[in-house]
Formats: sequence, structure tokens, C-alpha cells
Amino acid sequence: MAENALLTAPVSKLKQLLGDRTVSSEELTKAYLAQIAAENASLNAVVTVCAEEALASAREADAQIARGTTRSLTGIPLLHKDIFCTEGVRTTCGSRMLESFVPAYDATVVTKMKAEGAVMLGKCNMDEFAMGSSNETSFFGPVKNPWDLSCVPGGSSGGSAAALASGMAPLVTGTDTGGSIRQPASLCGVTGLKPTYGRVSRLGIIAFASSLDQAGPMARTAEDCALALTAMSGIDPGDSTSADISVPDFHSALSTDVNGLRIGLPREYFNDDLDSRVRENVMAALAELERAGAILHDIDLPHSHYAIATYYVIAPAEASANLARYDGVRFGYRCDAPADLEDLYQRSRSEGFGEEVQRRILVGTYALSAGFYDAYFNKAQQVRRVITEDFQRAFEQVDVIAGPAAPGVAFPFGSKQQDPIAMYMEDIYTLAVNLAGLPGLSTPAGLIDGMPVGLQLIGKPFDEQTILNAAFRLQNDTDWHLACPDLASLSS
Amino acid sequence: MSWEIVMGLEVHLQLATQSKIFSGSSTQFGASPNVQADAVDLGMPGMLPVLNEEAVRHAVTFGLGIGARIGQRSVFDRKNYFYPDLPKGYQVSQFFAPIVCEGIFEVPLENGSLYPIRITRAHLEEDAGKSVHDEFAHETGIDLNRAGTPLLEIVTEPDFRSAEQAVAYLKALHSLVTYLGISDGNMAEGSMRCDINISLRKQGSDELGTRTEIKNVNSFRFVERAIHSEYERQAEILERGGAITQETRLYDADKDTTRSMRSKEVANDYRYFPEPDLLPIVIDEAYIDAVRQSLPELPTAKRERFLAEYGVSEYDASLLVPNHDMADYFESVARASGAAKLAANWILGDLSAALNRHELSITESPISAELLSGLVSRVEDGTLSSKLAKQVFDALWQGEGDADQIIAARGLKQVSDSSALEAMVTEVIANNPDQVAQYIAADEAKRKKLSGFFVGQIMKASQGQANPQMINQLLLEKLESQS
Amino acid sequence: MSVTPQDVEKVALLARLAISESDLPEVTERFSRVLNLVDELNTIDTESVTPMSNPHDMEQRLRPDIVTRDDNRKALMASAPAQEQGYFLVPKVID
Repeated sequence: MAENALLTAPVSKLKQLLGDRTVSSEELTKAYLAQIAAENASLNAVVTVCAEEALASAREADAQIARGTTRSLTGIPLLHKDIFCTEGVRTTCGSRMLESFVPAYDATVVTKMKAEGAVMLGKCNMDEFAMGSSNETSFFGPVKNPWDLSCVPGGSSGGSAAALASGMAPLVTGTDTGGSIRQPASLCGVTGLKPTYGRVSRLGIIAFASSLDQAGPMARTAEDCALALTAMSGIDPGDSTSADISVPDFHSALSTDVNGLRIGLPREYFNDDLDSRVRENVMAALAELERAGAILHDIDLPHSHYAIATYYVIAPAEASANLARYDGVRFGYRCDAPADLEDLYQRSRSEGFGEEVQRRILVGTYALSAGFYDAYFNKAQQVRRVITEDFQRAFEQVDVIAGPAAPGVAFPFGSKQQDPIAMYMEDIYTLAVNLAGLPGLSTPAGLIDGMPVGLQLIGKPFDEQTILNAAFRLQNDTDWHLACPDLASLSS
Repeated sequence: MSWEIVMGLEVHLQLATQSKIFSGSSTQFGASPNVQADAVDLGMPGMLPVLNEEAVRHAVTFGLGIGARIGQRSVFDRKNYFYPDLPKGYQVSQFFAPIVCEGIFEVPLENGSLYPIRITRAHLEEDAGKSVHDEFAHETGIDLNRAGTPLLEIVTEPDFRSAEQAVAYLKALHSLVTYLGISDGNMAEGSMRCDINISLRKQGSDELGTRTEIKNVNSFRFVERAIHSEYERQAEILERGGAITQETRLYDADKDTTRSMRSKEVANDYRYFPEPDLLPIVIDEAYIDAVRQSLPELPTAKRERFLAEYGVSEYDASLLVPNHDMADYFESVARASGAAKLAANWILGDLSAALNRHELSITESPISAELLSGLVSRVEDGTLSSKLAKQVFDALWQGEGDADQIIAARGLKQVSDSSALEAMVTEVIANNPDQVAQYIAADEAKRKKLSGFFVGQIMKASQGQANPQMINQLLLEKLESQS
Repeated sequence: MSVTPQDVEKVALLARLAISESDLPEVTERFSRVLNLVDELNTIDTESVTPMSNPHDMEQRLRPDIVTRDDNRKALMASAPAQEQGYFLVPKVID
């Protein structure tokens, strides 16, 4: 099989190839490691490569395959976003604060995927502490979009999306707090899924906003995401917020039957603010589903426009507390020669955190402070419920809610740096989904001037199956998800 | 000017659990630094809390023990501040909705009355670690073994009007929590820590003055002294027309004064908000009933019962009841011997003295309740005189067997046979004619003195085994008949 | 809602972040922009709406009171910036 074809093959295909011994896990692993070595200098998608460990795991996987004792991901190489703690392997969270941090434990997601036989190639670059929508805030430098090196890949899981799109791995993990899987998936032309809050354990994932964070897979197909989702999911007694709900075999339950599927189109998403070309692509994708038997409905999510304000109170507030542990005392960055305790705190934190992280900590601290708690934090929690109830009402009439995953295609570096709000607006279609704890995915919906755009599908709580099925059907009927950046031109 | 002192107490009680409130680390005291601090306790990136069921149970047990309303839907909140012994930069506590709501705790005062203290609330929270300042020249060492130990913070209304009441409350609280088995409530070891909120106001006034908080006082005695010294300090300021600064202070035992806590000067805005990593604790009626069924007899009830059932004095009860091991010990002896008052005397007298001398607790007593009841029975039935009983007590302490064995081995049986005693009296009278003559010639007062001589002789001759009451009686008769 | 540089400094102290004199104006300006964004919340009536901390109505699970962790001090303190005799070290704190 041609080199490039291997690098862009979906997991389902690779499993087949492994199964009939056309290729070994070791060969696959070497191919991806080579691609990382070749392209990472220009893309900067990967911060840590674990070549030795990967090859050792790959050989072990090959032994399993030979014995016939395989699991769902045996021998499949993957990359983890550098927000998942990996035992013995540096985990930076895109920050100077954790530049040399080596965890003594694995995140539950990492343990689970290892148990399913996946081979970890390394850790992906990301926006610092998951705060960003362009992967420009990373201490380790920005990540480039493989579709256009002058453009961002999206964020915060920008490194994961770029690595996947450029053939560095067939499967990557990301996390999504306000859109950080779906938006980069949209900008990089891949499929990305944020599960229902509580579906996947947060234990060992460096926390940004505890009530919003969720881990999820990104891959070339909805089918691959379904496979990975089962591997990642399940109640974790170590995470009090993980749901006590059984994990379906999302993959074997995949169906292309969308006959009668009611898809809601919120008027608030499809208004005059929506770029006409994004609208065109999104509608074309929905037309495909309609052709396949789905029924489109206009619905209302009347409080949509409050989502961004709500999110930018709650997320920074939770983050301000979650990031208080980074104080230079027990781990992480410590400033040089602290004069006293206050100096230790102030300089370690001011030197260890980047600008965006510091800004959000300030906003969050302010929103919780005496005199402002009621007007900001408590108020935002109330509006959160109102927004969630909008979705609940809508889901009485429809099975799935659809819209754009991002307001536009990938934008040039630096173009949204002047005004923090401009960057926050990137997540305008994704934020509410985290507030309501719903599952959401982004699936490719063609190109605009050669740059990818994604269709977002939002499901009912714990109904990842329905949105996966819809994406599966769409990918069955179209070839948008097969589009790839020109890998040959990457390093030129 | 006479000032009224108004105080509220906040007690932090370490709950007796095997593991910490949010992690599986051990809570055992005395380990090397940081060996009982796991990734969750250290606040490592990605770590999350999981709630210990026993901590919840202990909290509900306490609430029911003081007849308080249980918060059936309580929530954890983050209390945010920076300090090196606080690994996450926030303490997980309960602010908005505590697990135990309002209740009344009746405190037995020294005069025997009960003083009702209103408990505002009691809530669960995690303990911080320890800072060690003397170990290193230019640094402070941080040991996080204690971080994450479950605490119950018990808050009272400002109902205290004297140091005596405050100390009585703490003693009664200690007693209650040990009865309930939820904590060893040991102030010296830090499992019960007391913060005192104290303000003064003019006698007769309704308004509250500015208060100061004295933190972490760790003995009953220091509580009393801290209150007195802070009263003096505040009164002096108010007398000269000054104002009290609202601040946190520490009691310095060496100087017997309170001083301002420098490190807490930075104004703290704790920015409480609901802990998103934990969910509300929901407690249903069935759970509450089950805990209620399992409550042991509480100190106040036991005290009432001891007075009624065993006829002990209020004073004795006040000494026997607070330590439930002591109370159980007493009850065993009282029941087995059938002589409650005597049992109380022996326990509060000789036994307590011996235990104190050897620095043993009642549970470590070499004389078990069974053994002591043997002794008490023999005193009660007249077999042993009190004097000889002390000998037997010492022998019991040395482990020479039970009372009967010792009495037999040493031939200590008190002689109460009247004919034998009569013979002794007759003999001593016959052997001491001079003293008899003196007795006859003497007046009332002198006679009393002289009879002591005869008793002494008889005791010597009988190796202490003669029943002294009977000897006295017989002597009186015989000597009377001589005159 | 506009904030002054002094407000920002107060918040920065609570968060233990040091903002230099030269950075303060820009930090304040950008911070204000975010606050303007979130002030949108004032325009919605949420009387009697219960605040939402978590998207699902879950209750806290309880863990049995068993000691589960071994002494992992060495591994966990491997990342410590300063340690001695098993203690984490910070500049001397005066209480």
C-alpha cells in the first residue's frame, strides 16, 4: 500500500490490514514516527515523541495479533493531547508551568486505550491549559494547519487535529471544554466527537473547567470515533462526576438508517450572522441527510446568545481555582531564588503562565469575588440552566440538532489576537453544548476555497449513537471526510 | 466599667476514619513526612476527590447526637486561598449547605445545671497539611500527611458568657464525640482544635462588639487563659475609648497573651463556590433512621440513669460519665458487686490515683472491672476491712490473682465472729491493766483517745483482720462494765 | 462594567499574579473587554431559577473507608522543585 495511503487510512482499514497480516503494528508505528519526524518541524503538532516505548508496544501488539488475543485497538498507533497525564512521559499541557512535569500516573483514558492495545506515539501540542481556539497560546509555539501553513488549526486540541490531518497518526485524543475538539476538527477537515459530560472519566486529565471538560476521540471517520469512544468510555470510581451508565458498543451499533431522523436547525444559528458560504456547505450536508430520509425542522434555542457570556464566567471561574495548585511548591515551574513565599507564588505563576491563561484566571477570580459572586457566577449558573432547558425543550421535537461547528474556516495566524473577544467568538456554536453537557460532533462538510468546514451534530444526553449514525450515513454518501491536505507540500 | 464577654466557638474535629475524606491515604498519626500523601492529597494535576462514606456517617451521627436537623442535600464548596500547606490552593469545605444544621447542645456546668448552647451548623471539610518552621534554617518544610484528613467543623452561636462555660462545652463535646466513636477528640494531639470568636460589650447591651478570633487553642487550660487574657486586652482598649481591630490572633502560652497572626493579615476573600468535582450528598430518611438506631447511650442520658439506677452523687457522676470507658468500667463493677457507691469510691479514689501515678488510662488498667468488683464485693459483705482492702488492691494491681485468692493466700479475712472478737477484747483488757485504770479514771474526751490504744493493740494482735466497728463496740461495753 | 487598574491589581493579588506597571493598562483594557462581554448576563431575568453546577442531576457516590494507597512518596516528589528529608521546601514562613 502506498505510503500516503497508509498514513491517511482510517482505523477500520488498518485493523483489517493488521488482521490479515498485510502490515504489522511495528511497520505502522514506524511509518507514523517517520511522518512525525518529517513534518513536525513545519507543523509543530507534537511536543513529545515516545519512539522507543511505541515500538516496544507495537511489537507486543504484533505478538497479540499472532496469538489471536486482540482487543478493539490492538496495534493501532495514536497520539494523546498533552493534557492527558501519561506515567513516566512528560505532560506539559502546552505550558511553561509544566514544561518538565512527568506524572507518576496515567489518566484513566490512557489506561483504557492502552488496555485496548493502542500504541502511544507521543503527545500533541495544544493551547496552554486548553484555553484557546487557535493553538497560538502554547508555550511550545503555535501549531500550523496542514491545509494552509499560514493558518491556525483551531484549538485547544489544535496539535491533535493537525497531527491527524497530516497523517502523523490515524487516531488522536482531545478534550473539549467549549469546542476544543469540534472546532479544530472542523478547521482541519477531520471528525471529532465530544461525548456527553460524564461519559468519559476526567481522572488524570489536567483540569481546565471541571463541569465542562470532556475527553473525546478525533479520527478520519465517524466509524473510527465510535470504536474509540467505546474504548474511552465508562464509569470511573475515581471520578465522582463520571456517569453510572452502561457503555454501548457504539461501533457495532452503527447504522446508516436515518429514515425519519428529526434534525433541528436552530434559527439562532442560521441567522444573518452566519457566513453565507458556511451556510451553503452546512445546508448541502443536511440536504444529503434529507435525501437519506432525515427530516429537517426549524427550532428555537432562544437563549443561545447568552452562551458566550455564561461560558466566559463559569469556565474562567472554575479554572481560576483549578489552576491555583500551580504555585511552584510541589511540582511544576518555580521562579529563580524566591525572596519569600509571596515572591515564590507571584513570580512562579506570572512567569509560568502565558497571557491568555492569566487573563482568564483574573476574570474567574473577579467573577467569584466578594460583591460579584451573585451578579456574575451565580447568575451565570442560572443562565446555564435556562440554556440547558432550551435544549431539553428542543429535544422534545427533534432527535438531533445541527449547525455549523465554527463560524468560518481556518484563519491566519495573529488575525484574532488584538481582541480576546474575537477569538472567543470562534466557539459561538459550540459553547452551549458544553454548558448543557450534551454530546456533539463535527464531521467534514466540504471545502471553502480549499479549506475545510464542519457540520456540527448535537445529541441528547448519552445519545452519542444517534449523532454517530448520522455522521456515519453522511460519510457513507459523500466523500468530504476523505479529503486530505496535500501531504507532499507540507515541508516545503 | 463592667464588660460582658460574648463568645462563639468553632471546633475542628478530626473524624476517626481509616482513610482520608477524599482519597484512600491512611490517616494514621506519626508517619514520616509525606508518606501518607497520595496524588489526590498533593493536588497533582488531573486528580479528583471521591467522598469517604464513613466521614458522612460520622457527621450524621454527630448531628443526631445533638438532636440537630440533618442537611439532607448538602453540597461541598471550594474555599480559595494560598498557603503552602493547602496543596490545591483551595480547601474543599461546605459553605452554602452544610450536612448538619441547627441544633442545641446542653452543656453540664460545674454546679450541675445544663446550659444550652445553640449549634449553628456542623460541616465536613478536609484538613490542611503541616508547616514545619524549626527544621530548616531558611526554609519552611511542608508535610502533607495531614492534608485531606476528614474534619467536622462545629460552629456555635455567640452564646458563651464566660471562660468556664467555654471549657465546660469543650469537655462535654469531647465526651460526646468519644461516646459516639466519631473522634478521639484529643486537643493535645490536635484531633480537636478550638477557635474562639470573642467580643466585649457593655453590660445590658444588645449589640455585638467587634470580635477577634483566637485560633487553634489546644488545651482546656489554654482556652481558659486565652479567653482571660484576650478579655483583659480588649477591656483595656475599650476602657480608654479605643476600637478593637477585627483580626485573627494566636494564644502564646509562654507569655500568656494573644498576638496578631501576621501571615493572615492579607485580607482573604475566600470566593466560595460549589465544588464542581463533587456532587450533592443526598441523605434519605432511611439512612438517618439507621444511624439513629445505632447511636449509643449519650452522656446526658447515662448521667441521668446513673443517678437514678445507682444512686451515685451528682459529683461522682460528673467524674464517671464523661469518659465512656470509665463509665462502662464503673457500670460493670457496680452491677457485678451490687455496691454502686462503694464501686464509685474505689474507682474515683484508689484506682484513679494509681492510674494517674502510672500514666495509664482506664482501658489499660491492670485491675479489670471484674477484678475490682471482686474486691468491692468483699468489702461490701464485710469480709475485708477498708484498711486490708487497700492491701488487696495493691496485690490485685501486681497481678497476684483475684480478691478471693489474695485474701486466702494472705489470710486477710476480716474477723467478724463476735465470740472471737470478744475473746480478743477480753485478752487485751487483761493484758493492759494500767491503761484500763487510766481509761476508767478519764473523762469522755480522754476516753475516746485511750480506746484507740486498745483498738491498736487488737489490730496488731489480729494482723489487722479484726473488724474495727465491732471491736469498738465490744471495747466500749467491756470497759464500761469495768468501771 | 468598567474596571480600574486598582481593581485589576486587587484581583491579581487574590490570584497571586504579578502584573508589571507597564503591562497594567493593557491588561486592564483587555480584562474590561471580557467583562463587557459577560455583562450581557444582566439583561436576562433569572428570578427563581436554580443555579446549575453540573449538567446532570447526579448525586455523590460514596467510597468505602479503606486505605488503598501505598507510600508513593518517591515517585510523587520526583517533580518537587525543592525538598529535603521528605519535606517540600518553601521560603521561610513567619506565622
